[in-house]
Amino acid sequence: MSKHAVVLEYKRCRGCTTCIKTCPTEAIRVRSGKAFILDDRCIDCGKCIRVCPHKAIKSVGDSLARLQEFDCCVALPEPALYGQFQNLDDINLVLNALLRIGFHRVYEVSRAAELLSDYNRQECLNAKDAAVPQISSSCPTVLRLIRMRYPRLIDHLTNAVMPMELAAILARREAAQATSLPPERIGVFAIVPCSAKATAARSPEVLKEPVLDGAFAIRDIYLRLLSPMRELCEEGVQLEPLISSGLTGVGWGVCGGETAARPGQQCVVVDGVENVIRMLGEIEDGRIPEAGFIELNACTQGCVGGCFTVENPYAARMRLGALMNRLPVSRNCFLFQGPDRNLAKFQRKITYTPAFLLDADRGAAMEKQLQIQDLENHLPGLHCGSCGAPSCHAFAEDVVMGRASVEDCIFRVRARMQHMAGPGEADEYLPAPFRRQQPPAAKGSEPSA
Amino acid sequence: METIKLVYPVDGGDLIEAGEASSKMKLTLKRLGLPPDVIRRASICMYEGEINMVIHADGGEAQVEVGMDEITIRMTDTGPGIPDVDQAMKEGFSTAGPTARELGFGAGMGLPNMKRYADELAIETEVGRGTVVTMKLKIPS
Ligand SMILES: Nc1ncnc2c1ncn2[C@@H]1O[C@H](COP(=O)(O)OP(=O)(O)O)[C@@H](O)[C@H]1O
Ligand code: SF4
Ligand code: SF4
Ligand SMILES: [Mg+2]
Repeated sequence: MSKHAVVLEYKRCRGCTTCIKTCPTEAIRVRSGKAFILDDRCIDCGKCIRVCPHKAIKSVGDSLARLQEFDCCVALPEPALYGQFQNLDDINLVLNALLRIGFHRVYEVSRAAELLSDYNRQECLNAKDAAVPQISSSCPTVLRLIRMRYPRLIDHLTNAVMPMELAAILARREAAQATSLPPERIGVFAIVPCSAKATAARSPEVLKEPVLDGAFAIRDIYLRLLSPMRELCEEGVQLEPLISSGLTGVGWGVCGGETAARPGQQCVVVDGVENVIRMLGEIEDGRIPEAGFIELNACTQGCVGGCFTVENPYAARMRLGALMNRLPVSRNCFLFQGPDRNLAKFQRKITYTPAFLLDADRGAAMEKQLQIQDLENHLPGLHCGSCGAPSCHAFAEDVVMGRASVEDCIFRVRARMQHMAGPGEADEYLPAPFRRQQPPAAKGSEPSA
Repeated sequence: METIKLVYPVDGGDLIEAGEASSKMKLTLKRLGLPPDVIRRASICMYEGEINMVIHADGGEAQVEVGMDEITIRMTDTGPGIPDVDQAMKEGFSTAGPTARELGFGAGMGLPNMKRYADELAIETEVGRGTVVTMKLKIPS
């Protein structure tokens, strides 16, 4: 099984090729009427999930039935969850409702984020020799992009695990102490905004072993929370004060939140995967020399724009902002001390895994590049997607890499059909957009130059 | 082995899009598995050359040749040419106009940076006819 949380439901896919062009790493191809994902290129950004008109690409969170496997289950809600509800004025309502859908305890991811804010602030004061600019390591899609394409930037990453990971480590320990259960009888589950975090839960980038037992999609949990939240309001019971973070931690749910805890540093905040890619290229060439810290979020507006969320990112951002106004700045200042601080550090270094390399041998790679260019020169440059690749270039690369046959190009198909049918008007063998002759009906209003 | 030839047109006047050729080249060099340091230096050289063609020469063409042990970047334009190359090479010297300066260009560091990051830099220029800037970078094996 693929380690990615992004998967394709074959029955639904009609091979329409909508998805192949939106993938920022050109990781999707269509063959024999079905799309498939090149696993080593997928960065789990969730773009394809959003665009598929037939809802054939999904991301699999875990099933709630998994809660049965453990004696004590801890929910780790990401702060983006809080921004999904209309008219919510107390985060405690969400946290209490979580205890009614099968969880026994909660540990807010925003609490761990707050500890990390504190940690990062102190670390960046101490680490004078760190590579500048520092790049945030909190979005797994960004980590994957850097690992595949930007080897020089690996050393720029802040040496800090994701809030969800730190939360899992601390939550398991806290629950084991409180219940006296052995740690493996405790189930620790994150409630995540995106496929990238679902993948990271089972296959971490900077930890030696997974620290989570699973991850649920915000949208799945959201639906289950609605009735218990209503019931809690109707019953008028006193809510248990479960909230344990301030606005510093909750702010990590939107872009700029991580940066807000770095006063005195020149920071750049970027959202959206295309913008992130562009920014990584510029940092790599040292084009933003004045920046001290770069926060990169693959999704629009940050995690509130994740593909597992319910609400549109802008509305969710507004709601999270309103909730934050009611919170103290922090509930976790100076709490993260002593040997615990080591828990925040990477357990292993990210190693460069160049998914786009043509060949490990440079001579062979150059030979392939020449073949690709040669073939591309003979392709029409229409980037029509009929071959199942996102562009003529990607198709040429597929052919040379042995992933496709040159005969799959629609113009080769035309030549074959023409050959079988004898001399005739070549146009008749082509779909309308590629015909040279315009039908009378399409004339009339010439596009203005 | 044959060398790989890459050609990128650079549009004049389009400062916002400037940099596109160097990012495209960078991606290709990464696919070939060249050492990251060489890729970075080549990319910086090409970027500076691109910017110069856009702000000083109304565009031109970038040609890149990649061989087993050397990258050659040749930036060709038919712009105004450089009257005094030694002066142009000085750090801080710039004839950039107000529009380019407003956008943060015109620090007079482009040619000096190209010299610093390339292993060889050659400028052929003729006033009124144009400029060819050629940069070579050695690829360590
Ligand atoms: N391609 C070119 N065509 C004409 N003049 C150029 C060209 N490249 C550089 N120059 C001249 O050399 C000067 C110095 O270039 P450079 O060091 O890149 O600084 P800057 O571009 O910031 O002015 C420019 O201001 C310009 O007068
Ligand atoms: S968008 Fe992609 S996954 Fe969805 S139906 Fe079309 S080809 Fe299949
Ligand atoms: S920005 Fe947040 S929601 Fe989007 S991929 Fe990154 S971690 Fe996931
Ligand atoms: Mg310049």
